Amino acid sequence: MNWSWDVIWEYMPRLIDGMWVTLELVIISAILGILLALPLALMRTSRKLWVKSLPWAYIYFFRGTPLLVQIFLVYYGSSQIPLIRDSFMWELFKEPYFCAIFAFTLNTAAYSAELIRGAIQSIPRGELEAADALGMSPTTKVRRIILPRAFGIVMPAYGNELILMLKGSALASTITLLDLTGAARTIIARTYTPLEIFLAAGVIYLLLAACMIGAFRLIETRLNRYQVREHD
Amino acid sequence: MFDLQGFGHLLISGTWVTIQLAVASLFFGLIIGLMGAAAKLSDSRVLRGVATVYTTLIRGLPELLLVLILYFGGSMLLMSIASNFGYDEYIEVGPFAAGVAALSIAFGAYATEVLRAAMQAIPLGQWESAYAMGMSPRKAFFRIILPQMWKLALPGLGNLFQVLLKDTALVSVVGLSDLMFQAKVATGSTKEPFTFYMAAALIYLLLTAVATLISSRLEKLADPAAQVGRSA
Repeated sequence: MNWSWDVIWEYMPRLIDGMWVTLELVIISAILGILLALPLALMRTSRKLWVKSLPWAYIYFFRGTPLLVQIFLVYYGSSQIPLIRDSFMWELFKEPYFCAIFAFTLNTAAYSAELIRGAIQSIPRGELEAADALGMSPTTKVRRIILPRAFGIVMPAYGNELILMLKGSALASTITLLDLTGAARTIIARTYTPLEIFLAAGVIYLLLAACMIGAFRLIETRLNRYQVREHD
Repeated sequence: MFDLQGFGHLLISGTWVTIQLAVASLFFGLIIGLMGAAAKLSDSRVLRGVATVYTTLIRGLPELLLVLILYFGGSMLLMSIASNFGYDEYIEVGPFAAGVAALSIAFGAYATEVLRAAMQAIPLGQWESAYAMGMSPRKAFFRIILPQMWKLALPGLGNLFQVLLKDTALVSVVGLSDLMFQAKVATGSTKEPFTFYMAAALIYLLLTAVATLISSRLEKLADPAAQVGRSA
Protein backbone atom coordinates (compact mmCIF):
# COMPACT_ATOMS: atom_id res chain seq x y z
CA MET A 1 0.00 0.00 0.00
CA ASN A 2 1.40 3.41 -0.87
CA TRP A 3 0.54 5.89 1.81
CA SER A 4 0.73 9.52 0.80
CA TRP A 5 0.99 12.31 3.35
CA ASP A 6 1.03 14.89 0.56
CA VAL A 7 -2.62 14.36 -0.28
CA ILE A 8 -3.57 15.10 3.33
CA TRP A 9 -1.69 18.41 3.36
CA GLU A 10 -2.91 19.35 -0.10
CA TYR A 11 -6.56 18.98 0.83
CA MET A 12 -6.32 20.10 4.46
CA PRO A 13 -7.90 23.54 3.73
CA ARG A 14 -10.97 21.82 2.25
CA LEU A 15 -11.26 19.62 5.35
CA ILE A 16 -10.96 22.68 7.59
CA ASP A 17 -13.79 24.33 5.63
CA GLY A 18 -15.83 21.22 6.26
CA MET A 19 -14.97 21.35 9.94
CA TRP A 20 -16.51 24.84 10.21
CA VAL A 21 -19.72 23.60 8.59
CA THR A 22 -19.81 20.70 11.07
CA LEU A 23 -19.28 23.09 14.00
CA GLU A 24 -21.99 25.44 12.73
CA LEU A 25 -24.45 22.58 12.39
CA VAL A 26 -23.71 21.29 15.89
CA ILE A 27 -23.74 24.67 17.65
CA ILE A 28 -26.88 26.06 15.96
CA SER A 29 -28.88 22.85 16.46
CA ALA A 30 -27.65 22.53 20.05
CA ILE A 31 -28.89 26.01 20.94
CA LEU A 32 -32.24 25.59 19.17
CA GLY A 33 -32.52 22.06 20.59
CA ILE A 34 -32.13 23.27 24.17
CA LEU A 35 -34.76 25.97 23.63
CA LEU A 36 -37.18 23.32 22.39
CA ALA A 37 -36.16 20.77 25.02
CA LEU A 38 -36.95 23.02 28.01
CA PRO A 39 -40.72 23.32 27.48
CA LEU A 40 -40.84 19.64 26.47
CA ALA A 41 -39.11 18.59 29.68
CA LEU A 42 -41.34 20.80 31.82
CA MET A 43 -44.43 19.37 30.10
CA ARG A 44 -43.10 15.84 30.62
CA THR A 45 -42.91 16.39 34.38
CA SER A 46 -46.53 17.53 34.53
CA ARG A 47 -49.03 15.34 36.34
CA LYS A 48 -51.81 15.95 33.81
CA LEU A 49 -52.05 13.18 31.22
CA TRP A 50 -52.97 15.45 28.31
CA VAL A 51 -49.99 17.71 28.98
CA LYS A 52 -47.39 14.99 29.22
CA SER A 53 -48.60 12.62 26.49
CA LEU A 54 -47.68 14.83 23.52
CA PRO A 55 -44.02 15.34 24.52
CA TRP A 56 -43.90 11.64 25.43
CA ALA A 57 -44.92 10.62 21.89
CA TYR A 58 -42.52 13.16 20.36
CA ILE A 59 -39.58 11.95 22.45
CA TYR A 60 -40.47 8.30 21.86
CA PHE A 61 -40.51 8.76 18.09
CA PHE A 62 -37.26 10.73 17.85
CA ARG A 63 -35.34 8.48 20.23
CA GLY A 64 -36.65 5.27 18.68
CA THR A 65 -35.84 5.94 15.02
CA PRO A 66 -32.47 6.40 13.31
CA LEU A 67 -31.27 9.96 12.75
CA LEU A 68 -30.71 9.11 9.09
CA VAL A 69 -34.42 8.37 8.63
CA GLN A 70 -35.30 11.65 10.34
CA ILE A 71 -32.98 13.62 8.04
CA PHE A 72 -34.40 11.93 4.93
CA LEU A 73 -37.96 12.50 6.18
CA VAL A 74 -37.25 16.21 6.45
CA TYR A 75 -35.14 16.66 3.32
CA TYR A 76 -36.87 14.32 0.86
CA GLY A 77 -40.20 13.83 2.63
CA SER A 78 -41.10 17.52 2.86
CA SER A 79 -41.54 17.73 -0.93
CA GLN A 80 -44.51 15.36 -0.69
CA ILE A 81 -46.47 17.55 1.70
CA PRO A 82 -48.50 20.17 -0.23
CA LEU A 83 -48.68 22.46 2.80
CA ILE A 84 -44.90 22.83 2.72
CA ARG A 85 -44.29 22.63 -1.01
CA ASP A 86 -46.88 25.21 -2.00
CA SER A 87 -46.06 27.80 0.66
CA PHE A 88 -43.19 30.08 1.64
CA MET A 89 -41.80 27.19 3.71
CA TRP A 90 -40.57 25.52 0.55
CA GLU A 91 -37.88 28.20 0.26
CA LEU A 92 -36.49 26.83 3.52
CA PHE A 93 -37.13 23.12 3.08
CA LYS A 94 -35.46 22.91 -0.31
CA GLU A 95 -32.16 23.92 1.33
CA PRO A 96 -30.17 20.95 2.66
CA TYR A 97 -28.51 23.20 5.24
CA PHE A 98 -31.85 24.19 6.74
CA CYS A 99 -33.11 20.58 6.64
CA ALA A 100 -30.02 19.29 8.44
CA ILE A 101 -30.39 21.88 11.21
CA PHE A 102 -34.14 21.22 11.42
CA ALA A 103 -33.65 17.46 11.77
CA PHE A 104 -30.72 17.73 14.20
CA THR A 105 -32.65 20.22 16.33
CA LEU A 106 -35.72 17.99 16.60
CA ASN A 107 -33.49 14.99 17.34
CA THR A 108 -31.32 16.57 20.02
CA ALA A 109 -34.36 18.26 21.60
CA ALA A 110 -35.87 14.82 22.22
CA TYR A 111 -32.71 13.45 23.85
CA SER A 112 -32.02 16.62 25.86
CA ALA A 113 -35.62 16.85 27.06
CA GLU A 114 -35.29 13.36 28.53
CA LEU A 115 -32.02 14.35 30.25
CA ILE A 116 -33.52 17.56 31.65
CA ARG A 117 -36.62 15.71 32.84
CA GLY A 118 -34.37 13.26 34.71
CA ALA A 119 -32.49 16.16 36.26
CA ILE A 120 -35.68 18.00 37.27
CA GLN A 121 -37.04 14.87 38.90
CA SER A 122 -33.82 14.31 40.82
CA ILE A 123 -33.98 17.73 42.51
CA PRO A 124 -34.57 17.01 46.22
CA ARG A 125 -38.21 17.56 47.17
CA GLY A 126 -37.23 19.69 50.13
CA GLU A 127 -35.83 22.40 47.88
CA LEU A 128 -39.09 22.66 45.96
CA GLU A 129 -41.08 22.68 49.21
CA ALA A 130 -38.81 25.39 50.57
CA ALA A 131 -39.54 27.47 47.46
CA ASP A 132 -43.26 26.95 48.00
CA ALA A 133 -42.92 27.87 51.65
CA LEU A 134 -41.27 31.14 50.64
CA GLY A 135 -44.35 31.89 48.59
CA MET A 136 -42.75 31.64 45.14
CA SER A 137 -45.14 31.47 42.22
CA PRO A 138 -44.77 28.41 39.94
CA THR A 139 -42.99 30.44 37.24
CA THR A 140 -40.57 32.01 39.73
CA LYS A 141 -39.91 28.56 41.13
CA VAL A 142 -39.09 27.22 37.66
CA ARG A 143 -36.85 30.19 36.87
CA ARG A 144 -35.02 30.54 40.17
CA ILE A 145 -34.89 27.01 41.57
CA ILE A 146 -35.77 24.26 39.12
CA LEU A 147 -33.84 25.33 36.01
CA PRO A 148 -30.58 26.43 37.67
CA ARG A 149 -30.53 23.25 39.74
CA ALA A 150 -31.43 21.07 36.75
CA PHE A 151 -28.65 22.61 34.63
CA GLY A 152 -26.03 21.77 37.22
CA ILE A 153 -27.25 18.19 37.43
CA VAL A 154 -27.67 17.69 33.68
CA MET A 155 -24.29 19.07 32.55
CA PRO A 156 -22.18 15.86 32.52
CA ALA A 157 -24.90 13.95 30.63
CA TYR A 158 -25.45 16.86 28.26
CA GLY A 159 -21.76 16.86 27.42
CA ASN A 160 -22.17 13.28 26.22
CA GLU A 161 -25.21 14.27 24.19
CA LEU A 162 -23.17 17.01 22.46
CA ILE A 163 -20.47 14.49 21.54
CA LEU A 164 -23.17 12.19 20.12
CA MET A 165 -24.49 15.16 18.13
CA LEU A 166 -21.03 15.93 16.79
CA LYS A 167 -20.84 12.33 15.58
CA GLY A 168 -24.38 12.44 14.24
CA SER A 169 -23.64 15.61 12.28
CA ALA A 170 -21.62 13.44 9.87
CA LEU A 171 -25.01 12.35 8.48
CA ALA A 172 -25.40 15.82 6.95
CA SER A 173 -23.07 14.54 4.23
CA THR A 174 -25.85 12.20 3.04
CA ILE A 175 -27.98 15.17 1.95
CA THR A 176 -25.18 16.76 -0.12
CA LEU A 177 -23.84 19.08 2.58
CA LEU A 178 -20.09 19.58 2.62
CA ASP A 179 -19.49 19.12 6.32
CA LEU A 180 -16.28 17.44 7.49
CA THR A 181 -17.41 13.99 6.32
CA GLY A 182 -18.96 15.41 3.15
CA ALA A 183 -15.75 17.26 2.30
CA ALA A 184 -13.74 14.09 2.91
CA ARG A 185 -16.04 12.10 0.62
CA THR A 186 -15.77 14.58 -2.26
CA ILE A 187 -11.99 14.71 -1.93
CA ILE A 188 -11.83 10.92 -2.00
CA ALA A 189 -14.06 10.78 -5.07
CA ARG A 190 -11.34 12.78 -6.85
CA THR A 191 -8.13 11.36 -5.39
CA TYR A 192 -9.19 7.84 -4.41
CA THR A 193 -7.13 7.90 -1.22
CA PRO A 194 -9.82 6.86 1.28
CA LEU A 195 -7.56 5.80 4.13
CA GLU A 196 -5.47 8.98 4.20
CA ILE A 197 -8.36 11.45 3.95
CA PHE A 198 -10.71 9.59 6.30
CA LEU A 199 -7.85 9.32 8.78
CA ALA A 200 -7.31 13.08 8.60
CA ALA A 201 -11.06 13.71 9.01
CA GLY A 202 -11.13 11.28 11.94
CA VAL A 203 -8.28 13.14 13.68
CA ILE A 204 -10.17 16.42 13.27
CA TYR A 205 -13.32 14.85 14.76
CA LEU A 206 -11.29 13.57 17.71
CA LEU A 207 -9.79 17.03 18.28
CA LEU A 208 -13.26 18.61 18.17
CA ALA A 209 -14.55 16.03 20.65
CA ALA A 210 -11.57 16.63 22.93
CA CYS A 211 -12.18 20.41 22.87
CA MET A 212 -15.85 19.89 23.71
CA ILE A 213 -15.00 17.60 26.63
CA GLY A 214 -12.51 20.17 27.93
CA ALA A 215 -15.00 23.03 27.63
CA PHE A 216 -17.62 21.02 29.48
CA ARG A 217 -15.25 20.22 32.34
CA LEU A 218 -14.83 23.98 32.81
CA ILE A 219 -18.56 24.72 32.69
CA GLU A 220 -19.29 21.81 35.03
CA THR A 221 -16.87 22.94 37.71
CA ARG A 222 -18.27 26.46 37.44
CA LEU A 223 -21.92 25.42 37.67
CA ASN A 224 -21.27 23.04 40.53
CA ARG A 225 -18.93 25.42 42.41
CA TYR A 226 -20.95 25.16 45.59
CA GLN A 227 -20.19 21.44 45.80
CA VAL A 228 -16.43 21.84 45.44
CA ARG A 229 -16.16 23.87 48.64
CA GLU A 230 -17.37 20.92 50.67
CA HIS A 231 -14.20 18.98 49.90
CA ASP A 232 -11.89 21.69 51.23
CA MET B 1 -52.85 -3.76 4.55
CA PHE B 2 -49.05 -3.56 4.45
CA ASP B 3 -48.92 -3.31 0.68
CA LEU B 4 -47.65 0.24 0.05
CA GLN B 5 -48.20 0.11 -3.72
CA GLY B 6 -46.52 -3.28 -3.93
CA PHE B 7 -43.38 -2.17 -2.12
CA GLY B 8 -44.38 -3.66 1.24
CA HIS B 9 -42.51 -6.91 0.62
CA LEU B 10 -39.38 -4.92 -0.30
CA LEU B 11 -39.46 -3.13 3.05
CA ILE B 12 -39.97 -6.43 4.83
CA SER B 13 -37.01 -8.03 3.09
CA GLY B 14 -34.97 -4.94 4.01
CA THR B 15 -36.09 -5.28 7.62
CA TRP B 16 -34.78 -8.83 7.63
CA VAL B 17 -31.35 -7.64 6.42
CA THR B 18 -31.39 -4.95 9.14
CA ILE B 19 -32.13 -7.57 11.81
CA GLN B 20 -29.35 -9.86 10.55
CA LEU B 21 -26.90 -6.95 10.54
CA ALA B 22 -27.87 -5.92 14.07
CA VAL B 23 -27.65 -9.44 15.51
CA ALA B 24 -24.33 -10.24 13.81
CA SER B 25 -22.85 -6.95 15.05
CA LEU B 26 -24.19 -7.59 18.54
CA PHE B 27 -22.47 -11.00 18.60
CA PHE B 28 -19.06 -9.73 17.52
CA GLY B 29 -19.46 -6.50 19.50
CA LEU B 30 -20.03 -8.46 22.72
CA ILE B 31 -16.91 -10.53 22.09
CA ILE B 32 -14.89 -7.34 21.48
CA GLY B 33 -16.44 -5.76 24.58
CA LEU B 34 -15.55 -8.74 26.79
CA MET B 35 -11.98 -8.74 25.50
CA GLY B 36 -11.78 -4.97 25.97
CA ALA B 37 -13.07 -5.19 29.54
CA ALA B 38 -10.63 -8.00 30.32
CA ALA B 39 -7.80 -5.94 28.84
CA LYS B 40 -8.77 -2.84 30.85
CA LEU B 41 -8.72 -4.82 34.09
CA SER B 42 -5.59 -6.85 33.31
CA ASP B 43 -2.26 -6.42 35.09
CA SER B 44 -0.43 -5.71 31.85
CA ARG B 45 0.12 -2.02 31.28
CA VAL B 46 0.35 -2.56 27.51
CA LEU B 47 -3.07 -4.26 27.34
CA ARG B 48 -4.66 -1.54 29.48
CA GLY B 49 -3.14 1.12 27.24
CA VAL B 50 -4.34 -0.54 24.04
CA ALA B 51 -7.86 -0.88 25.42
CA THR B 52 -7.96 2.75 26.58
CA VAL B 53 -6.75 4.02 23.20
CA TYR B 54 -9.36 1.85 21.47
CA THR B 55 -12.33 3.05 23.52
CA THR B 56 -11.24 6.71 23.47
CA LEU B 57 -10.68 6.81 19.71
CA ILE B 58 -13.79 4.93 18.69
CA ARG B 59 -16.11 6.84 20.98
CA GLY B 60 -14.94 10.11 19.43
CA LEU B 61 -15.36 9.04 15.80
CA PRO B 62 -18.67 9.30 13.92
CA GLU B 63 -20.11 5.85 13.19
CA LEU B 64 -20.74 6.92 9.59
CA LEU B 65 -17.04 7.69 9.16
CA LEU B 66 -16.21 4.25 10.58
CA VAL B 67 -18.55 2.59 8.08
CA LEU B 68 -17.03 4.58 5.21
CA ILE B 69 -13.44 3.85 6.31
CA LEU B 70 -14.05 0.12 6.56
CA TYR B 71 -16.00 -0.07 3.31
CA PHE B 72 -13.73 2.05 1.10
CA GLY B 73 -10.48 1.42 2.95
CA GLY B 74 -11.16 -2.13 4.10
CA SER B 75 -10.13 -3.95 0.97
CA MET B 76 -7.00 -1.80 0.64
CA LEU B 77 -6.04 -2.58 4.22
CA LEU B 78 -6.76 -6.30 3.90
CA MET B 79 -4.89 -6.56 0.61
CA SER B 80 -1.82 -4.80 1.97
CA ILE B 81 -1.84 -7.11 4.98
CA ALA B 82 -2.36 -10.19 2.80
CA SER B 83 0.43 -9.19 0.41
CA ASN B 84 2.83 -9.36 3.34
CA PHE B 85 1.93 -13.04 3.53
CA GLY B 86 2.45 -13.52 -0.19
CA TYR B 87 -1.24 -13.36 -1.19
CA ASP B 88 -1.72 -10.91 -4.05
CA GLU B 89 -5.27 -11.57 -5.26
CA TYR B 90 -7.96 -8.90 -5.07
CA ILE B 91 -9.94 -9.00 -1.82
CA GLU B 92 -13.33 -7.35 -1.78
CA VAL B 93 -15.03 -6.17 1.39
CA GLY B 94 -18.79 -6.14 0.82
CA PRO B 95 -21.16 -3.70 2.50
CA PHE B 96 -22.48 -6.35 4.92
CA ALA B 97 -18.99 -7.34 6.13
CA ALA B 98 -17.89 -3.70 6.38
CA GLY B 99 -21.12 -2.86 8.23
CA VAL B 100 -20.74 -5.69 10.73
CA ALA B 101 -17.10 -4.72 11.28
CA ALA B 102 -17.86 -1.02 11.80
CA LEU B 103 -20.91 -1.53 14.01
CA SER B 104 -19.30 -4.21 16.17
CA ILE B 105 -16.16 -2.09 16.65
CA ALA B 106 -18.35 0.85 17.71
CA PHE B 107 -20.56 -1.31 19.94
CA GLY B 108 -17.49 -3.00 21.41
CA ALA B 109 -16.01 0.31 22.54
CA TYR B 110 -19.09 1.27 24.54
CA ALA B 111 -19.67 -2.32 25.72
CA THR B 112 -16.10 -2.42 27.06
CA GLU B 113 -16.99 0.33 29.55
CA VAL B 114 -20.30 -1.27 30.56
CA LEU B 115 -18.72 -4.70 31.07
CA ARG B 116 -15.70 -3.27 32.87
CA ALA B 117 -17.96 -1.49 35.35
CA ALA B 118 -19.99 -4.68 35.84
CA MET B 119 -16.86 -6.77 36.32
CA GLN B 120 -15.49 -4.32 38.88
CA ALA B 121 -18.74 -4.41 40.81
CA ILE B 122 -18.27 -8.12 41.59
CA PRO B 123 -16.50 -8.37 44.96
CA LEU B 124 -13.00 -9.85 44.85
CA GLY B 125 -14.13 -12.40 47.44
CA GLN B 126 -16.22 -14.08 44.74
CA TRP B 127 -13.05 -14.82 42.78
CA GLU B 128 -11.18 -15.88 45.89
CA SER B 129 -13.86 -18.26 47.07
CA ALA B 130 -14.09 -19.77 43.58
CA TYR B 131 -10.33 -20.37 43.67
CA ALA B 132 -10.66 -21.82 47.16
CA MET B 133 -13.16 -24.33 45.74
CA GLY B 134 -10.42 -25.37 43.35
CA MET B 135 -11.77 -23.71 40.20
CA SER B 136 -9.41 -22.60 37.47
CA PRO B 137 -9.54 -18.88 36.58
CA ARG B 138 -11.49 -19.69 33.41
CA LYS B 139 -14.03 -21.83 35.23
CA ALA B 140 -14.38 -19.24 37.98
CA PHE B 141 -15.06 -16.58 35.37
CA PHE B 142 -17.68 -18.53 33.42
CA ARG B 143 -19.44 -20.15 36.40
CA ILE B 144 -19.25 -17.51 39.10
CA ILE B 145 -18.38 -14.08 37.73
CA LEU B 146 -20.09 -13.96 34.33
CA PRO B 147 -23.59 -14.90 35.59
CA GLN B 148 -23.43 -12.13 38.21
CA MET B 149 -21.93 -9.61 35.78
CA TRP B 150 -24.64 -10.36 33.29
CA LYS B 151 -27.30 -9.05 35.62
CA LEU B 152 -25.43 -5.79 36.22
CA ALA B 153 -24.45 -5.27 32.58
CA LEU B 154 -27.81 -6.05 30.96
CA PRO B 155 -29.50 -2.64 31.32
CA GLY B 156 -26.46 -0.90 29.84
CA LEU B 157 -26.07 -3.44 27.05
CA GLY B 158 -29.78 -3.13 26.26
CA ASN B 159 -29.36 0.61 25.71
CA LEU B 160 -26.31 0.02 23.54
CA PHE B 161 -28.25 -2.45 21.43
CA GLN B 162 -30.89 0.22 20.80
CA VAL B 163 -28.15 2.52 19.56
CA LEU B 164 -26.72 -0.28 17.42
CA LEU B 165 -30.12 -1.02 15.91
CA LYS B 166 -30.51 2.60 14.85
CA ASP B 167 -26.94 2.80 13.57
CA THR B 168 -27.59 -0.08 11.14
CA ALA B 169 -29.33 2.50 8.93
CA LEU B 170 -25.90 4.03 8.22
CA VAL B 171 -24.79 0.95 6.30
CA SER B 172 -27.40 1.75 3.63
CA VAL B 173 -25.08 4.65 2.66
CA VAL B 174 -22.54 2.15 1.30
CA GLY B 175 -25.22 0.17 -0.54
CA LEU B 176 -26.36 -2.62 1.77
CA SER B 177 -29.97 -3.40 0.86
CA ASP B 178 -31.32 -2.94 4.39
CA LEU B 179 -34.62 -1.32 5.41
CA MET B 180 -33.37 2.22 4.79
CA PHE B 181 -31.98 1.31 1.37
CA GLN B 182 -35.23 -0.35 0.28
CA ALA B 183 -37.20 2.68 1.41
CA LYS B 184 -34.95 4.75 -0.84
CA VAL B 185 -35.55 2.34 -3.74
CA ALA B 186 -39.32 2.54 -3.25
CA THR B 187 -39.12 6.33 -3.08
CA GLY B 188 -37.23 6.39 -6.37
CA SER B 189 -40.03 4.78 -8.33
CA THR B 190 -43.14 6.06 -6.51
CA LYS B 191 -42.00 9.67 -5.84
CA GLU B 192 -43.57 9.43 -2.42
CA PRO B 193 -40.62 9.96 -0.09
CA PHE B 194 -42.65 10.91 2.99
CA THR B 195 -44.78 7.76 2.84
CA PHE B 196 -41.84 5.39 2.57
CA TYR B 197 -39.44 7.07 4.98
CA MET B 198 -42.30 7.29 7.48
CA ALA B 199 -43.04 3.59 6.96
CA ALA B 200 -39.34 2.83 7.50
CA ALA B 201 -39.33 5.03 10.62
CA LEU B 202 -42.32 3.14 12.03
CA ILE B 203 -40.66 -0.21 11.34
CA TYR B 204 -37.50 0.99 13.14
CA LEU B 205 -39.72 2.13 16.00
CA LEU B 206 -41.27 -1.35 16.11
CA LEU B 207 -37.82 -2.98 16.11
CA THR B 208 -36.55 -0.80 18.98
CA ALA B 209 -39.76 -1.46 20.92
CA VAL B 210 -39.29 -5.22 20.51
CA ALA B 211 -35.63 -4.88 21.54
CA THR B 212 -36.71 -3.02 24.71
CA LEU B 213 -39.20 -5.77 25.46
CA ILE B 214 -36.59 -8.51 25.02
CA SER B 215 -34.00 -6.75 27.15
CA SER B 216 -36.44 -6.13 30.00
CA ARG B 217 -37.47 -9.79 29.82
CA LEU B 218 -33.79 -10.81 29.92
CA GLU B 219 -33.22 -8.50 32.88
CA LYS B 220 -35.94 -10.33 34.78
CA LEU B 221 -34.50 -13.73 33.81
CA ALA B 222 -31.03 -12.67 34.95
CA ASP B 223 -32.31 -11.70 38.38
CA PRO B 224 -33.52 -14.91 40.04
CA ALA B 225 -33.93 -13.16 43.39
CA ALA B 226 -36.57 -10.85 41.96
CA GLN B 227 -38.44 -13.82 40.50
CA VAL B 228 -38.59 -15.59 43.83
CA GLY B 229 -39.69 -12.36 45.44
CA ARG B 230 -42.52 -11.99 42.97
CA SER B 231 -43.89 -15.54 43.28
CA ALA B 232 -43.73 -15.48 47.08
